[in-house]
Amino acid sequence: MSWLLALPIIIPFITAVAAFLLRTTPWGRQVSVLGSAAALIAAIALMAAVWREGVIAAQMGQWAAPFGITLVADLLSAVMVVITAITGLAVAVYALGDITERQEHLGFHALFQVLLAGVTGAFVTGDLFNLYVWFEVMLISSFGLLVLGGSKEQIDGGVKYVLLNLVSTVLFLSGIGLIYGLTGTLNMADLAVSVPQVENQGLVTVVAMMFMVAFGVKAALFPLFFWLPASYHTPAFSVSAVFAGLLTKVGVYALMRVFTLIFIGNVAYTHTILLWVACLTMVVGVLGAAAQSDFRKILSFHIISQIGYMILGLALMTPLALAGAVFYLVHHIIVKANLFLVSGVGNRIAGGTELSRIGGLYKTAPLLGFLFLIPAFSLAGFPPLSGFWAKYILVKATLDEGMWLVAGIALAVGLLTIFSMTKIWGEAFWKPHPDGVDPRLSSLPTAHRRAMMLPIAALAVLTCIIGLFPEPFVQFAERAADQLLNPADYVRAVLGIEIGGEVAP
Amino acid sequence: METALAFLIGLLVAAAIYLMLARSILRFLFGLLLLSNAANLVIFASGRLTAGAPPLIPEGADAPVGFVANALPQALVLTAIVIGFGLFAFALVLVFRAYSELGTLESDDMRIAEPREPAE
Amino acid sequence: MNSLILMAGSRILVALLVVFSIFMLLRGHNEPGGGFIGGLIGAVGFVIYAISCGTASAREALRLTPETIAAVGLGVALFGGLMAAFTGDAFFTGQWLFIGETEDDKGLPLSSVLVFDVGVYLVVFGSILSLVFAMEEEI
Repeated sequence: MSWLLALPIIIPFITAVAAFLLRTTPWGRQVSVLGSAAALIAAIALMAAVWREGVIAAQMGQWAAPFGITLVADLLSAVMVVITAITGLAVAVYALGDITERQEHLGFHALFQVLLAGVTGAFVTGDLFNLYVWFEVMLISSFGLLVLGGSKEQIDGGVKYVLLNLVSTVLFLSGIGLIYGLTGTLNMADLAVSVPQVENQGLVTVVAMMFMVAFGVKAALFPLFFWLPASYHTPAFSVSAVFAGLLTKVGVYALMRVFTLIFIGNVAYTHTILLWVACLTMVVGVLGAAAQSDFRKILSFHIISQIGYMILGLALMTPLALAGAVFYLVHHIIVKANLFLVSGVGNRIAGGTELSRIGGLYKTAPLLGFLFLIPAFSLAGFPPLSGFWAKYILVKATLDEGMWLVAGIALAVGLLTIFSMTKIWGEAFWKPHPDGVDPRLSSLPTAHRRAMMLPIAALAVLTCIIGLFPEPFVQFAERAADQLLNPADYVRAVLGIEIGGEVAP
Repeated sequence: METALAFLIGLLVAAAIYLMLARSILRFLFGLLLLSNAANLVIFASGRLTAGAPPLIPEGADAPVGFVANALPQALVLTAIVIGFGLFAFALVLVFRAYSELGTLESDDMRIAEPREPAE
Repeated sequence: MNSLILMAGSRILVALLVVFSIFMLLRGHNEPGGGFIGGLIGAVGFVIYAISCGTASAREALRLTPETIAAVGLGVALFGGLMAAFTGDAFFTGQWLFIGETEDDKGLPLSSVLVFDVGVYLVVFGSILSLVFAMEEEI
């Protein structure tokens, strides 16, 4: 059992070591792709086990919880691990065409795999301090990836990304210190048991707010999102795709974890703030996108607005809303990574991402246009694609709570998303290229073209599958939400006790 | 003792915020360094300050003898210091690179990755 | 820096520090010390060497690039954790081998924990040096 949980973390690490040692040979990239495929298999095995047996936990080094390092997977963790592995594999393949030899020699594949290991570790850990460590693993590799190659633009974006993320890290650390002082434990399951017994519940709320701000920076919530649009458009396209897909979602996952498991004593206060933050994030993100004129910057702002939807699901804390948030997470990662991958191909064949300087992609590369439309429509929430169901569940959950205004905001933001997507479509795909050139896919070397188009097509197919057959996915999300709302299973799996405090026989 | 430490943490945070409000990113980085030290002290203080022996188990015994200090916050602080050290070393290199590439440390002037100002 | 005394002295210092760092590494299981501190001390030795004789000759003296050392260290540390698989224990469970064990003497205890510590030593050693060399070469 313990290996099922550990393997999705170990495999990327091993791959990273091998890829680094082989980085100057062609084998480096093959190792990266093979390792990502192996990680996907391990992730699916983990998911199957969780689906069969409910929450599973393992103690590393056989030090019993709450003393040792615990790895736990419930359905939310498991699905995040799987989706991380899928994105990892897609981007690893894409990188074969996108990443230059120089970036490979600097160790792109190794950093990329360490990033995947960090993200996966953050999803399966059952300990707050360990979560901090995984955040750092993730951060340090993302720093490396962001400035890899070191153009002026990258360094400019990198400085902002690094410094603002460090602030949130320090806040997270202080929060950990305070909650340790209050309860004497950092194991999340143990915290779920001991936080309600703390006498000074006011201080617990203060710590909860510290965590909200710290994770809010990572998740790019309003008003803490500034680092994201300042940096996500600068690195290599593979890098920004994996950042866009995964990094902010780790923040969302951490928020969902601590605000359903640990900080549920003062829901009326904390989750109301989350609700307003969610609405403002949606609105500000989509308005920011409307003002941009760069392919990747528009997409970056849309990440922010979409994060709002997920936090909305968390803020409502009803079974349906949480199911919607889980569904949204899965759908969003696939779609967003895919859009960034498309922008990379657009950049290669049309010569840029600034919308006023490119064009004509639809006329000469209709396949790319078609593959752009699937994730773009899905992002905006057109039926029958995955985004429609995600938005539908969330809006329904909002209406069930009688929050008409919030539902109205969510729908209006969806409309504005269509506006941005049509802008990209009109500028990059429909209008003729301003320099009069015809961007063609065939201008790419065959190997690069295959490596870049295959993951885009695969992710688009995945979007369509989720959209056309949403039933099993919704059921899955509902079960995951059910687990989130009933932490008893989680606590029992880790500590072997019922939440009342009696030891199970 | 806790009170003194609390004042020290407060002082560190105040100094850190003062530095972080400066425009120069190098000062910001130094402020961040102070802030992370304050965070480490918070963890250390939340483990309760006790005057105990080092938590080492003597040879032949299964548990430490006598009154020992709480080892967990020490381990946490050590880990946090190590990680912080790595991150700040990286950030320092990055800031230096930024200075040599962009020719400035003023955050207001770092606008290469930002949209161009509309022409007058 | 161009100082003959420092250059001559640093060669001896490097050897001393590296030996001392290995001592700290091996001592670390039951007493203060360990992979992290050992790695730091070892790195300090080469940092002094790089300051006195230049990074180029320090890199030459290392033979491997510091990044490679760090990557190998990560691999070694992982292997230390993976050794638990051979006995079917959970990841990172300590595995022990007592060479020359008798009734009242444990002999020479070797453990996967030590392998992990060696890995940590190499990671710290390699990453500190790669950062310091990068800084030295920038300036």
